[in-house]
Amino acid sequence: MQRIGVFVCWCGSNIAGTVDVHAVADALKNEPGVVFSTQYQYMCSQAGQDMIKEAIKEHRLSGIVICSCSPRMHEATFRKTAQAAGLNPYMVEIANIREQCSWIHKDMAEGTEKAIILGKAAIAKVNLNAPLTPGESPVTKRALVIGGGIAGIQTALDIADAGFEVDIVEKNPTIGGKMAQLDKTFPTLDCAACILTPKMVDVAQHEKIRIFSFSEVTEVKGFVGNFTARIMKKARYVREDICTGCGLCTEKCPQKKVPNEFNLGMDNRRAVYIPFAQAVPKVATIDPNYCTMLKSGKCGLCAKVCTAGAIDYKQKDEFIEEKYGAIVVATGFNPISMEKYDEFAYNQSKDVVTSLEYERIMNAAGPTAGKLLRPSDGKHPHTIVFVQCVGSRCAACDERGKEYCSKICCMYTAKHAMLTRDKYPDTDVYVFYIDVRTPGKNFDEFYRRAVEDYGVHYIKGMVGKVTPDGDKLIVRGSDLIGNKQLNIEADMVVLAAAIEPDKSARPLATMLTASMDTNDFFTEAHPKLRPVESPTAGVFLSGACQGPKDIPDTVAQAGAAASKVIGLLAKNKLTGNPCVAKSDELMCNGCSSCERVCPYGAITYVDKEFRMPNRTTLVRRVASVNEAVCQGCGACTVACPSGAMDLKGFANKQIMAEVDAICK
Amino acid sequence: MQKITRKMLIDKAAELLQNGTVDRVLGWKNGEFVYDVTPALFTDAEALEKDFVYNDFCGANFSKYLIAETRKQGGKVLVFLKTCDTYSFNQLLTEHRFDREKVYAVGIPCEGMADIEKVKKAVDGIIAVDGKDDKIVVTSLYDGDVELDAQAVMAERCIVCKSKKHVAYDELMGEEGEVIESARFDEVEKLEKMTADERFAFWQNELSKCIRCNACRNVCPACTCEKCVFDNPDSGVENKAAADSFEEKMFHIIRAFHVAGRCTDCGECSRVCPQNIPLHLLNRKFIKDINSFYGDYQAGAEVGSRAPLVNYTTEDLEPGEAVEKGANN
Amino acid sequence: MQVNGYKPLIVAFCCNWCSYAGADLAGSNRLSYPAEVKIIRVPCSCRVNPMFILRAFQRGADGVILCGCHPGDCHYTSGNYFTRRRMAALFSMLDFLGIERARTRVEWVSAAEGAKFAATMNDFVETVAALGENKRLEDLRCKR
Repeated sequence: MQRIGVFVCWCGSNIAGTVDVHAVADALKNEPGVVFSTQYQYMCSQAGQDMIKEAIKEHRLSGIVICSCSPRMHEATFRKTAQAAGLNPYMVEIANIREQCSWIHKDMAEGTEKAIILGKAAIAKVNLNAPLTPGESPVTKRALVIGGGIAGIQTALDIADAGFEVDIVEKNPTIGGKMAQLDKTFPTLDCAACILTPKMVDVAQHEKIRIFSFSEVTEVKGFVGNFTARIMKKARYVREDICTGCGLCTEKCPQKKVPNEFNLGMDNRRAVYIPFAQAVPKVATIDPNYCTMLKSGKCGLCAKVCTAGAIDYKQKDEFIEEKYGAIVVATGFNPISMEKYDEFAYNQSKDVVTSLEYERIMNAAGPTAGKLLRPSDGKHPHTIVFVQCVGSRCAACDERGKEYCSKICCMYTAKHAMLTRDKYPDTDVYVFYIDVRTPGKNFDEFYRRAVEDYGVHYIKGMVGKVTPDGDKLIVRGSDLIGNKQLNIEADMVVLAAAIEPDKSARPLATMLTASMDTNDFFTEAHPKLRPVESPTAGVFLSGACQGPKDIPDTVAQAGAAASKVIGLLAKNKLTGNPCVAKSDELMCNGCSSCERVCPYGAITYVDKEFRMPNRTTLVRRVASVNEAVCQGCGACTVACPSGAMDLKGFANKQIMAEVDAICK
Repeated sequence: MQKITRKMLIDKAAELLQNGTVDRVLGWKNGEFVYDVTPALFTDAEALEKDFVYNDFCGANFSKYLIAETRKQGGKVLVFLKTCDTYSFNQLLTEHRFDREKVYAVGIPCEGMADIEKVKKAVDGIIAVDGKDDKIVVTSLYDGDVELDAQAVMAERCIVCKSKKHVAYDELMGEEGEVIESARFDEVEKLEKMTADERFAFWQNELSKCIRCNACRNVCPACTCEKCVFDNPDSGVENKAAADSFEEKMFHIIRAFHVAGRCTDCGECSRVCPQNIPLHLLNRKFIKDINSFYGDYQAGAEVGSRAPLVNYTTEDLEPGEAVEKGANN
Repeated sequence: MQVNGYKPLIVAFCCNWCSYAGADLAGSNRLSYPAEVKIIRVPCSCRVNPMFILRAFQRGADGVILCGCHPGDCHYTSGNYFTRRRMAALFSMLDFLGIERARTRVEWVSAAEGAKFAATMNDFVETVAALGENKRLEDLRCKR
């Protein structure tokens, strides 16, 4: 039997104004288990807390009920008070007689009656409370960053600078991501390579950072502080430790007709290649889909010319297992496919390009060495039409596009238009837009410069159709402000394709039990207050995997994610919330219902041996809760038909007792 | 289709015992009365020949017995499964309730089993029963042999059979059947069309008959908890005697809710109810609702499928809308 | 609140993160609703077992309402989606048994919706009061 103390707070006149606190304290005195009951003006004051502490000691209380303001206000306060007096903090229950009683009722008799019932419910619950101790688990002081774009790079650098080890896993042969493909960056127009490649070098040279390039995470087990990831290092047929990146093999390789993905297929690379000059690691990779040696065993030229002897045709995929305390997802984005956008003639004409393709065309290291030339005939275009929102802000029923705004397109289109006019003043540039969205520091100024200083023609309206006509493209669009139809004879059309999360994100989310929205963007733990944490403890979000983002936002979020990781890794032990699910193994039948509703993957199954009659044993599958991962929602407790799964602090019996107390 | 006979099953069982595939057989033998067929375990051909029974009253769903059987030491157990039993069999596998490796499942075609209550109503003093084509021959103490039309005395669950397809087996006797159109929700719909008062009167009348014998729970292949919530002292609802009327009143609602999305509609609950309460209607209401709210779902149709109540979509009906929809279709 | 002189007893299960906070906000803004409403705090609406609801009815509650975060806003990401399915099935079953459907309700109330909380409770109490005493679940197993 518990020895319960009841403390009724007046909260000045906040409670005492509509609740007869003396009557409440008096009425609750006779409840089962109650050995002491009192009231006081301000329970949360130092004097009030001292009174509680003294009562706990004097009356050897095993549980206390505070009838006061909302537990959301002072539950933590009174738990600390109890703890200071040697009582387990989870032996405290609050009856909310202010927000949910005195403040909403005007009649004293009514308020008092309700306060007594709420007090009784809290007493009924505390009678069934048991002392709870938060679980502790160690923290592996190493972080895994999945994705080596600017988001992953920045996160890794920040974590490593704080003194923790970081592994970056990048699925491509080099880190750098989308930013490495960009030409100039808005709104300052510094060249992407100039600001990115030094960071890539920093990553490569950082003693705390390891790069697993051309690698993928294939399995993640464990929980916050204690993840184990399996990483597949895909065979690149070149020994990374020996290759010097001299590039001789890439010059001698006879297989020259491989579409170069770095330039979005607008030129060719060899079967053995280094994606770009500043690649990190600067190591060659052999593409098994094109290499004659790997396909037919004939050639071997690269091995012959490699003075370092780094070519290894027999290389196999290699698996590495490593432990991590935190995981950062930085899987980034891709432009959506334009294949289905027939109205813009993307499939019919080479001169209809996506913005990222245009970016490569403008880039000095791109397929045209930075000269603005049409892909079809290599001539300089004189009229260029940019079409915004291709696949962005679509109706929900449009299966080709996305409902959301891709956020970056307005700015990069302004950038492209401006740069084009700047380098080639003889070019006419038109931009079709639905809205121009330029919130951001110096963003609107940037856009206005494009219009006012560079004479870019912005037309509010959408392009209906692009028709190839000889070496021209006829662009039919509407000008909603001029209220007329336009026919523009263009040399090139640039489509601002919507962006979508990388395809690798979905399986990764499953692996991490991290949740995603319907667009496959990772969901944050709270959209406003916890924007870089996923709901799964220990998994953090960096960059466009969480939603469309430009570089400044990405870098800011990457730093924020890093600071969260550092905060986690700086701890030696993690203290959990003790109000977690617990499985009664004797009762559990291992049916898996609870596992299926757990949003955190906190439930696993173990084969447990049970003693049976006649000295026999029986091995049964039973649920086991990982207390470090469980967040205590209780979904599993209802999925469990036998009640084998229960929630500490909110047990079936406790809630049932509250129901009984209220309904009696 | 060739009707399965006792001889065919005995021969199959004997063959599998002989060649060592299994070391015991789950089958039927006569109980207190000839129509009161009881599940039994056989380990040799002699016992099979002596006691094995197969007739129109062999309706018991054996899948639940496999939980206890597969926990025993020894080799595989042979189980004969009617089509409806195979759904329970799969559902139990989905819930990891027995070791598939320890079972040899033989699918047997089924044209429907008899409802003993219907037979008893037609004939008094039954001393022997036999099947003959689509007739059941009942020997009566008073009237001698009486031929009954099998269709006329068929169990309700068989009249509205949902599938002639075996969804699980190691070996199938006879031919593979199909999932069929079933009128099994008609009765539920009839109730839905009544007024709330009429429905209440109907259920009050039915549920008041309950004697809490727990037969429905014990036979149900979805009720396989190691310990039922109503026997769990930590559940807050445990009560051995009916001292607390909560359990009394809520038992059937909670039981049906606990098997919702998992119930394969085998109809065993109603078959074993000594008070003849149409318990299957509660289960079917859940099945019908789930189908209409979340799309058709047949528990046990495939191993590993996710039951609707441990699943969701972001576009699900609101409970208020669901009640409307559940009542009006 | 009384309708025809009847004061119903209402049990409201509120999730800790949204609806309980919404109820607190109603209080802070002094938005009144009937004292017949008694709130039980649960971590998430998905913690509410149908047994709690039936128990409340059986012990004399006249109405039971469940409040949780709006779909998509669950603190635990998916809890209220399960609640939605479970309660859809349960409420439809209660209706099937002839229990008045207005005695049960699920309402999504965010921490910012103090006014909605109060309005919901006022409306629910009024509805249930009009139904009068809850006898049906009580009587389901006792034919007189």
